Amino acid sequence: MPMKTEPFVVNIGPQHPSTHGVFRMRLTLDGERITDADMVIGYLHRSMEKLAEERSFTQVIPFTDRTDYVAAMTGNLAYVLAAEKLCGIEAPERAQWLRVIMSELQRFASHSMAVGVFANDCGAWQTPVMHMFREREKILDLFEMACGARLTTNYMRIGGVSRDIPPEFMPAAHKLLAELPKRMDEYEDLLVENEIIVARSRGVGVLPAELAIATSVSGPMLRASGVAWDIRKADPYAAYERLEFDICVGTNGDVYDRFLVRVAEMRQSIRILEQALAMIPDGPVAVDVPVALRPPAGEAYGRIESPRGELGFYVVSDGGPAPYRFHIRSPSYINLTPLRDLAIGATVADAIVILGSIDIVVGEVDR
Amino acid sequence: MPALAAWYDLRDLGHYVTSVINWLQDDLSAPDWVTYVVSGVIGIVAILLWLLISQLSFIWIERRIIGRMQARIGPNRVGPRGLLQPIADALKLLLKEAITVRLADRPLFWLGPVLIFVPAMVVFAVIPFGKGMTLADLNVGVLFVIAIGSTNTVAVFIAGWSSNNKFALLGAMRTVAMLISYELIQVLALLGVVVFAGSMRLGEVVAWQSHYNAWLLFLQPLALVSFMIASAVEINRSPMDISEAESEIVAGYHTEYSGIKFGFFYTAEYFAGFAISAVTVTLFLGGWTAWGLEEWVPGWLLFLSKLYLVFFLFIWTRGTLPRLRIDQLMAFAWKFLLPLALVNVLVAGGEVLAWREGDISSNVALPIFGVANAVLAAQLIIGWGTFMGHLKPERRAKRAVLTQELGAVYYVPPKRPAGEP
Repeated sequence: MPMKTEPFVVNIGPQHPSTHGVFRMRLTLDGERITDADMVIGYLHRSMEKLAEERSFTQVIPFTDRTDYVAAMTGNLAYVLAAEKLCGIEAPERAQWLRVIMSELQRFASHSMAVGVFANDCGAWQTPVMHMFREREKILDLFEMACGARLTTNYMRIGGVSRDIPPEFMPAAHKLLAELPKRMDEYEDLLVENEIIVARSRGVGVLPAELAIATSVSGPMLRASGVAWDIRKADPYAAYERLEFDICVGTNGDVYDRFLVRVAEMRQSIRILEQALAMIPDGPVAVDVPVALRPPAGEAYGRIESPRGELGFYVVSDGGPAPYRFHIRSPSYINLTPLRDLAIGATVADAIVILGSIDIVVGEVDR
Repeated sequence: MPALAAWYDLRDLGHYVTSVINWLQDDLSAPDWVTYVVSGVIGIVAILLWLLISQLSFIWIERRIIGRMQARIGPNRVGPRGLLQPIADALKLLLKEAITVRLADRPLFWLGPVLIFVPAMVVFAVIPFGKGMTLADLNVGVLFVIAIGSTNTVAVFIAGWSSNNKFALLGAMRTVAMLISYELIQVLALLGVVVFAGSMRLGEVVAWQSHYNAWLLFLQPLALVSFMIASAVEINRSPMDISEAESEIVAGYHTEYSGIKFGFFYTAEYFAGFAISAVTVTLFLGGWTAWGLEEWVPGWLLFLSKLYLVFFLFIWTRGTLPRLRIDQLMAFAWKFLLPLALVNVLVAGGEVLAWREGDISSNVALPIFGVANAVLAAQLIIGWGTFMGHLKPERRAKRAVLTQELGAVYYVPPKRPAGEP
């Protein structure tokens, strides 16, 4: 007589130590193997796109802090680029460089958190996270100097940045930059070379390049699948075309490659920052923009390479003071698309690591 | 009172009990069972008191050490330097509601946390803490340790099953699977020790190490390594804390436990850690002896310092290492540790046979064995690792490719289909 069986369904989340927010994975298990996976999102939905339609163009900027709250600077920048494109405003030279500096600091901070939390998902109990947070704290200190806030920075403005950096910023930034390569060496020794992390992540959650392109995955996840694509090179914004840096790509598209790409990008960020801090010119940091900004009717799409991928803002104006339509192309959300394909056939422990390697921010998934 | 006749001699705490027993027998002419019970109770109370004090101190010490490892300070608010933190924790656990979920199997749900204490504490009965400080010097002490250690799993499985929680069930299943694999390795590792010492009585293993001035750590390095790994698995310490893997299955088998019932698991985890450290120290690190130092320093003090040192290793691994996956841990047991442990037992047997039969002086034989076994251990680990393909380039660490070529595709499809380990 065949034994009566029923599928074993486990809810990973919305309250779970490793879902990186209120995200839920509904896994159907056969022993430890995953036979089916459902993604349930929407727990953090705040209706930002609709809310933005009721705000003036400048008032929208704080929302962009709160979509991707781990990387607020890049969120600001992407929206501001879209709005500038819509209005036909060009930010002054110094503002462009400040934007690069802030974006790269933010990328380093965000990647260090992604790498640390990924190690945590692999089971290294909090230690890598805490060490990564140490560097992140120093970057947040720099943000605090520049704009008074650490997480929700609200720094970029249409036509520039909100204020110039204070005199103590540059020495602190140089000091931090001198320190970071040493830290990176340490982290590469301890994490990239770690036998257990290699065993846990090598060959796990392989995302082939075709699938990555087909599901419009972007950012480190796309690059880990071997596709050399970076908006900073493909569609340069701010001052990126004057900077020298490499695109970091993986070859196997597995979890380990995503982790490697992030670590390598942290090094590239240091490289960019070193150039940018040396090359930044003096001058005004913002152009005058009317308070009640009424862009001409039309539409614009501004996109940047955020730490998570292609972050785009699509803004439509009907000539009024508020956007007529406001859409966020959020990389976290779109990068989740192949998660089901990656999870099926893996084990529970793998699913956690795969989710960790995608590096979602639920604020950006749900908006 | 004659019981305090030699109160100043701290080297041997056992003689206090001896004098109490002598006093009972000679002066009060108490029957045998009274002295038996009295000595037993004194031993039990002493061990429990020591365990509780050690545990409370180590909660603080572990949190401080891990704090340092994680570039933070650790508890420093409650009391001077946070020293009262463990007491605050204990009070919190006592006062919180111990929720029993509605769908739980109530009697078993209660039984789990109680049962988990038993193996962790009973092991100490056979451990020689110092000269004449053994509660029960069993002639099959090593077997007893292994047998008791494995009952731990029953408690964990009861807890996981009775909670009626899916995470708890997964954790419990993982524990059972792990124990079956690692129990074998533990036994094989201890077999090497027993072959050398020629006795299963823990007191005699210590005496043997003291007599030949050779800790079994030097004679059986491979056994020590495999025993420590297997023990870490048994007591669920990181990096083998798979059955309570926080980032995967929340808290594993004790997900549904709260309040003091969780406190029981928390305490038992420390007790089990101490128990395993005690066994390691006794069997591999010379127990309470240290090359004649025990003449001057109380043996129990030596024992405890070694024990805490070994326990520190567990804290260290917890603070630094990531966790393996269950299938990798099982593969490690069966494909890696088991063959090595088997070879080790064979070599140990051959060495002892040669030593006995060949009539070699121990001054010559033991250093040779020590060097030979250390070399053998290193060779075996490297050689077997190479043979199993752990050093193949596709398993080694690598770095991301740096490129300037926008739009190029560097993807190399995997040779094996996805999902296969």
